[in-house]
Amino acid sequence: MERSADRLPPIGKQLDVPDEPTFLQESIHQLRRNKAAIAGLIVIALFLFVGIFAPVISPHNPLEQTISMRKAPPFTEGYLLGTDSLGRDMLSRLIYGARISMIIGVVSVGIALIFGLLIGVVSGYYGGWFDKLVMRIIDIMLAFPYVLLTIVIVAILGASLTNAMIAIGISQIPRYVRLVRASVLAEKESDYVTAERSIGTSNFELMFGSILPNCLAPISVQATLGVGEAILSSAALSFLGLGAQPPTPEWGLMIASSREFITSAWWIVTLPGIATLFAVLGFNLFGDGLRDILDPKLRD
Amino acid sequence: MLKYVLKRVSLLIPTLIGVATLVFAMVALSPGDPARVMLGERANKAQLEKLRSELGLDRPLIEQYGIYMKNMAQFDFGESIKTGRKVSEEIKELYPATIELAFFAMLFATTLGIIIGVLSATRRNTWIDYTSMVGALFGVSMPVFWLALVLMMIFSVGLNWFPTGGRINIRYYFEAITNFYILDTLIYWVRDGDPKFLISSLKHMILPAVALGTIPLAIIARVTRSSMLEVLKQDYVKTARSAGIAEKRVVYRYALKNALLPVVTIIGLQFGLLLSGAILTETIFAWPGIGKWIYKAIEARDYPAVQGGVLVIATSFVLINLVVDILYSIVNPKIRLQ
Amino acid sequence: MKKAFNVLLIFLLAFTVFAGGQQDAGQAEVEAAEESTEGPQSGGVLVFGRGGDSVGLDPARETDGESFYATTQIFDNLVEFKNGTTEIQPALAKSWDISDDNLTFTFHLVEDATFHDGTPFNAEAVVFSLGRQLWEDHPYYDLGPWKYWGYMDMSNIVEDIVAVDEYTVRIDLQKVEAPFLANLAMDFAAMVSPTAVEKYGEDFKSNPVGTGPFKFVSWQKDSNIVLEKNENYWRRPAYLDRLILQVIPDPTARYLALQKGEIDVLDFPSPEDIEDMKADPDIKVIQQPGLNVGYLAMNTQKEPFDDKRVRQAFNYAINKDEIIEAVFGSAGTPAKNPLPPTMWSYNDSIEPYPYDPAKAKELLAEAGYPDGFETDLWAMPVARPYFPDGRKVAEIMQAQLKEIGVEAEIVSYDWGTYLDRTDSGEHETALLGWTGDNGDPDNFLFVLLSAAAAEVPAGNIAFWKDEEFNELIIEAKETFDRERRTELYMEAQEVFHEEAPWVPVAHSIVSEPMQPNVMNFKLSPVGKRVFYSVWLDQ
Repeated sequence: MERSADRLPPIGKQLDVPDEPTFLQESIHQLRRNKAAIAGLIVIALFLFVGIFAPVISPHNPLEQTISMRKAPPFTEGYLLGTDSLGRDMLSRLIYGARISMIIGVVSVGIALIFGLLIGVVSGYYGGWFDKLVMRIIDIMLAFPYVLLTIVIVAILGASLTNAMIAIGISQIPRYVRLVRASVLAEKESDYVTAERSIGTSNFELMFGSILPNCLAPISVQATLGVGEAILSSAALSFLGLGAQPPTPEWGLMIASSREFITSAWWIVTLPGIATLFAVLGFNLFGDGLRDILDPKLRD
Repeated sequence: MLKYVLKRVSLLIPTLIGVATLVFAMVALSPGDPARVMLGERANKAQLEKLRSELGLDRPLIEQYGIYMKNMAQFDFGESIKTGRKVSEEIKELYPATIELAFFAMLFATTLGIIIGVLSATRRNTWIDYTSMVGALFGVSMPVFWLALVLMMIFSVGLNWFPTGGRINIRYYFEAITNFYILDTLIYWVRDGDPKFLISSLKHMILPAVALGTIPLAIIARVTRSSMLEVLKQDYVKTARSAGIAEKRVVYRYALKNALLPVVTIIGLQFGLLLSGAILTETIFAWPGIGKWIYKAIEARDYPAVQGGVLVIATSFVLINLVVDILYSIVNPKIRLQ
Repeated sequence: MKKAFNVLLIFLLAFTVFAGGQQDAGQAEVEAAEESTEGPQSGGVLVFGRGGDSVGLDPARETDGESFYATTQIFDNLVEFKNGTTEIQPALAKSWDISDDNLTFTFHLVEDATFHDGTPFNAEAVVFSLGRQLWEDHPYYDLGPWKYWGYMDMSNIVEDIVAVDEYTVRIDLQKVEAPFLANLAMDFAAMVSPTAVEKYGEDFKSNPVGTGPFKFVSWQKDSNIVLEKNENYWRRPAYLDRLILQVIPDPTARYLALQKGEIDVLDFPSPEDIEDMKADPDIKVIQQPGLNVGYLAMNTQKEPFDDKRVRQAFNYAINKDEIIEAVFGSAGTPAKNPLPPTMWSYNDSIEPYPYDPAKAKELLAEAGYPDGFETDLWAMPVARPYFPDGRKVAEIMQAQLKEIGVEAEIVSYDWGTYLDRTDSGEHETALLGWTGDNGDPDNFLFVLLSAAAAEVPAGNIAFWKDEEFNELIIEAKETFDRERRTELYMEAQEVFHEEAPWVPVAHSIVSEPMQPNVMNFKLSPVGKRVFYSVWLDQ
């Protein structure tokens, strides 16, 4: 969970963007050939499907307790994956957990993207005191290890799932700001921008119409990986009691409340972890594949 | 060189001031009254008011901030609200445990990570490569605390190979010297000729170190592999090969040395990140370190303790990154020119 | 005639003594059985595995059980609870006299006790130990806050503490206070070495010096506290050579440590594990009903809980058995009174509200809520002895209330905020509980349900102010005669039952699993752990 892609050394330089249509076609072609990315996409699609149709496909209400059926092992009749310590159906809780995790991933990354892109573009385009201030704040944020930063922010906002999403979103802002700012700085002086400026294109259009689309490729890689990371972070926060609150069927919370069963009911401990693992794996596979595809330097 | 170092160090100061301010804001803005937590179910009004004024909680925020910054400048984190002891003293007692754990986690991650990375790169597209890289992907996709629980379930509960927590067998008449237990138990061994202390502390170290080291292990393996692949494509490697130098020698003598450069950066960064990852691992393995302590301090609204703990970790993180950057710039002078 | 009266009196007296002593006789039997096999053996190291670290080791300064676990072994009091009971017996005071107006207590001290640092124990030490908490101009008053002294309201009870001579101390009271002697047996009233306090000042809490059966050796933060036998104890020395209090936060990990022999006694097991432990021949489990109560308080100042019928409806709607099964396992019994059953004056003749959702709905309809209503349900964020898992309790209640049409939203904050907001009355219904400190019913009924305790910050979070109830408990507080007090408290419980300001949920049963060779360990109703007489069968 400590992994953050922007701290990895750049494996290649930023893209040199070829003519767009051919690049896009080429990318789709590459995607078809990249088995890992396809596998990732399938996993993601699966979790999205399960999340969206949770009410339809889950066999029980995830909050319904059957105290007499507590800690039933998997393959008990009516409970394919067993029940938890309050006799709630594990499978249904995992299914609803997928829904929650997908929401967490998308919302957190959404927050990070909106603010990251906005701040990054403005700061790179205009420079000056605003840029200096932004970079200082980013430095301070990066001075905190990622997990600690989310914990600090949740401590300010108070423990809840919404606040956990906000905290994760905020913690992920710096990477987008840096990424966008760097490519804005590179593009700002390029010929086509100078040309457009000379024909009177407004600053706003230049920033969001011309420059930003050119760095969407690395951003989409980053965002895909960011979703996986957000799911892990929210699980960690919930585990510490700083995220989702009971009885929410959030995976991290389910793991946290399973601690006392490691001697007696292995399924309560392992299943939510495995669900988290595969969901995050899906995003990592796809993100990695996307990077290989979108970064021509890495193409063999 | 000196100029670069000085510049980096001078940039450190505003960052640290910012960090301290953010930490202050954290406690000032967060809900919950420490006086209330301290007094518990039984408090009465007079007691609460008295305690609040003793803790300085009734002063204006700006005044609290002034006092706080002044104290921070003198490395005075104040007294823990909960225990009434000096925060710096508590940190001094607990931090070695965390550093020791992070060190061994990193040792495990680095050794194994580099070996796996090199093996995958040199045997590209074989089953070794595929298994390692799929394994590495699993490694970075796993919740650490879950892995810790599963390891405990398998190796402590199921197989009974390792103890479930703590740092050393409780029954031993053992008194810490430096608080780095592996070091202390080594001293015991040398001094008394009895290795049982060392064996016990190593046994307690293994599971937490493996749990904490898994993510860095996966990352290091991936980075080593890609960096190694990059280097193996370079001209000088090709030249060496064509000059008839044995492949093993080419890989380990020439390529590896250069391929490790980016790996060093990663190791530094991961070490810093481990310090906070320890919050989860320590909670599970009852490891008496600073991570678990910070978490409990947040729960108890023990402001000075939270401030001190978070500051110490953030500062360590910044310092480790600084050292790594400087080291990196020594090996790779191009950086300095940027 | 007069003679006949005397005989009758003696007979009655004998009868009451016998009746009162019955419970102890049972205890004594167990003791005898255990010790008769082969007398207690000296020696050995005992590891006590517990959930959290001590906060500090100055008994007057701390409020948490984890701190008292250590200080109880290091310090002695003037009087103490007889091991395993709430009965008061002499300790550092070998006897005492009480004046006729019940306002002056004169204590005669033992003469051969010394503190671990060699300081003799005498009247001056008593005045020092208690005086530092009472007098604001005392040179060591500032080492406080003396929280427990405040909780027990001692500054409004004690008038003066005087050293009459080397071994006699007199304590004057401001008012008649029946539970006073019991208060002196509590940890905060322990005798500390004046020289050590002078020497260490602030750091006394990390360097405790008392007269107790164990001496302090070392404290490794968040890990362990090591204590050693005091060979010069003023009574028979302890049997154990060394006592280690080891912190293992997770209950499952503690259980594993016990199975592996890493610890000898396990404190606070997870309720989930108790049945397994009892079935395990290699583990001995000692159980005792705890002196506590977990309850759901309904804010009687707020609609609709100002209506008795609604409160009663909640009592009918909540299925305590289900909560106990899921949350307490075998470690809890359903509650019907605010007092725990082990407390004297517990009114066992009260019929508990049965689980009857139909009746509950009926009552709600009568009160004008045929379709139920929406409310909040506050859940404690931390595990306490009276609710091992507050949130789980709330989740179950939420489901049960839904049955009668009440939609309860679970609200939770961090512990400090939770207490703060509940005792200022922000909630409509809230879970909370209480563990008795001094074995007196006043310590429950007055603190939790009196009108005086309904002032913010309130101990009475139902904000229930019933005139009849208050008259009864105040009279009981000022009466020394135990029989009369019992009558008053019995009656007060009936009022409580009818008015139903709470849903009393459960009393937890305290279980202490241990290695079978740990002998003579007794649980204390007031939550102490005393290792003085514990020995290891080797």
